[in-house]
Amino acid sequence: MAKYLLLKHYRGAPAAVNDVPMAEWTPEEISAHVKYMDDFAARLEETGEFVDSQALSPVGTFVRYDGEGRPPVTDGPFAETKDLIAGWMVIDVDTYDRAIELAGELSAAPGAGGKPIHEWLELRPFYGSAPTITE
Amino acid sequence: MDEALLRSLTPNVLGILVRRGADFAAAEDAVQEALIEALRVWPADPPRDPKGWLVTVSWRKFLDATRADAARRRREDAGELVAEPAPEPVPAVDDTLQLYFLCAHPSLSPSAAVALTLRAVGGLTTRQIAQAYLVPEATMGQRISRAKRTVSGVRFDQPGDVATVLRVLYLVFNEGYSGDVDLAAEAIRLTRGLAAAIDHPEVAGLLALMLLHHARRAGRTTPDGGLVPLAEQDRGRWDTAMIAEGVGILQAALARDRLGEFQAQAAIAALHADAPTAEETDWVQIVEWYDELVRLTDSPVVLLNRAVAVGEADGPRAGLAALAALDDSLPRHAAVAAYLHERDGDLAAAARLYVEAASKAPNLAECEYLTRQAARLNNR
Repeated sequence: MAKYLLLKHYRGAPAAVNDVPMAEWTPEEISAHVKYMDDFAARLEETGEFVDSQALSPVGTFVRYDGEGRPPVTDGPFAETKDLIAGWMVIDVDTYDRAIELAGELSAAPGAGGKPIHEWLELRPFYGSAPTITE
Repeated sequence: MDEALLRSLTPNVLGILVRRGADFAAAEDAVQEALIEALRVWPADPPRDPKGWLVTVSWRKFLDATRADAARRRREDAGELVAEPAPEPVPAVDDTLQLYFLCAHPSLSPSAAVALTLRAVGGLTTRQIAQAYLVPEATMGQRISRAKRTVSGVRFDQPGDVATVLRVLYLVFNEGYSGDVDLAAEAIRLTRGLAAAIDHPEVAGLLALMLLHHARRAGRTTPDGGLVPLAEQDRGRWDTAMIAEGVGILQAALARDRLGEFQAQAAIAALHADAPTAEETDWVQIVEWYDELVRLTDSPVVLLNRAVAVGEADGPRAGLAALAALDDSLPRHAAVAAYLHERDGDLAAAARLYVEAASKAPNLAECEYLTRQAARLNNR
C-alpha cells in the first residue's frame, strides 16, 4: 500500500476544461458537485482506501521568524497568491495506477452545465517508511 | 448497555475517590480506566449496582497504580493509602459542582478545559473526545494530562466561578456534532447536571438557550448537510416538546430578575421558536433583546446580529445604516451586507458580497451556502 495526496488548487494549476467560477453555476449544479464529492469519499471509505479529506479556507498568511525577541513577520492575508491550495484528499492504494485512476475520477466532478470540470489535480506520493527487509 | 447512565455516574464516582484521599489526577485516571473496562464488560455482564461496581473497580485501579508507583519508588511507605477506606459520607451534589469548577478552572486554556470537562465530568473516553474534535487520540491524551497538571495545585473544596463553567459548556455545545459523540447533546446533559447542582439564573439561561437551538436541529440542514437558514426551515420538524421545556426554564429564570447574556440570547431564540411562520417573527421585540445583549456584553458580534434584526424590524435601509457603524473586518460582515443589499433590491451588490462572504466563511457549510446564494442571484 502507498499513500498519495490529491491536491486541489484554487489557483496555480493549469486551467480546467470547464473553467467557470462556482458562483456562476446554478444552485442545482453546486448541489450535484457536492454530492459527487461526498459519494466519491464514501466509496473510498467502503473500499478501504480513504485516509483523510480536508478543505481549506482561501484566506492565507505567510509567516516567518524575525530574530530573537521580535514578533514573527507576517505577510498577507492575500487575495492574489499565484498558487492557492483549496483542499486535499489522502488515499491509501495498492498501485500508482490506482491513484491515477482515482484522481481522474475526482477530476470528473460535475461543474457548470452539469458537465465534468476536467480540473487538474496534483498527485503527490508520500514518502513511505523504510522497508524492514532490504536485501 | 446504558452508556448515558455510565457517563452520568462518573463525576459522582470521581468525587468519592477524591474524598477517600486520592489526588484528583490519579483518581481521574483510575475512573477513566474503570469506564473503559465497563464499556468492555457491561454489555455481556451488566452489574446489579452500576455505581457500586464503578467505585470498587476505580478504587482498585487507583490502588494498583499507587502500589506500582510505590514499588517504583522502592517501597516508600504507601501503607496508609492501601488501607481499606472507611465508608464515607457522600455529598454527591457538592462533589459534582466542585468538579465542574475544577475542570473549567481559569488557569486552563479553553481547549484544555473542554477536554477535561468532557472526560472527568462527562465520562467520555479519551478516544471519544479525540474523535469528536478530529485529533489523534495521543494528542487528546496529552492535552488532558497537561490540563490535570495545570490544576494539580487547586484545592478541591474552593468555590469557583459559574461564568467560567458556562463558557466551557457553551463551547462544547457550539462545536456541534461531527463524530460518533453528539457534543451538543453532551453539552445539554452536562448543563442539566450543573443546573441540578447549583441554582443560578444564568445556568438556567444557558440550558434554555441550548434546548431552544437543539430543538431546531432537524430543520437546520438538508439531507446532504447543507445549511437551511431560519426563515426557510420547515417548522414542522422542530421539536416542540423541547421548545416548551426551554421556554419554561427561561421564563422561570427571567422571573428572578437577574438578567445575564445567556438569558438574553435564550429570549431571542425563544421568540424565533414561538413564531408559527418566519413572517410572524416578532422582530421588534428581538431588537429590544439585542439592545439588552449589547448593554450586557458590548460585543461587536452582537451588534452585527442586531443589524440583521433591525433590517427585519425597520427595513433593509435601517439595517444597512446599523451595519455601516461596524468594522467590516468582523466575521460574517460581508454575509450580512449581502443579505441586506438583496432585501434592498441591489442584487448586483448582493451577488458580489455573497462571493466575498463565501471566501471568508469560517466553515465549508457556510462557504457552500453563500456560494449558492451568489449562484442564485447570478442565474436570475
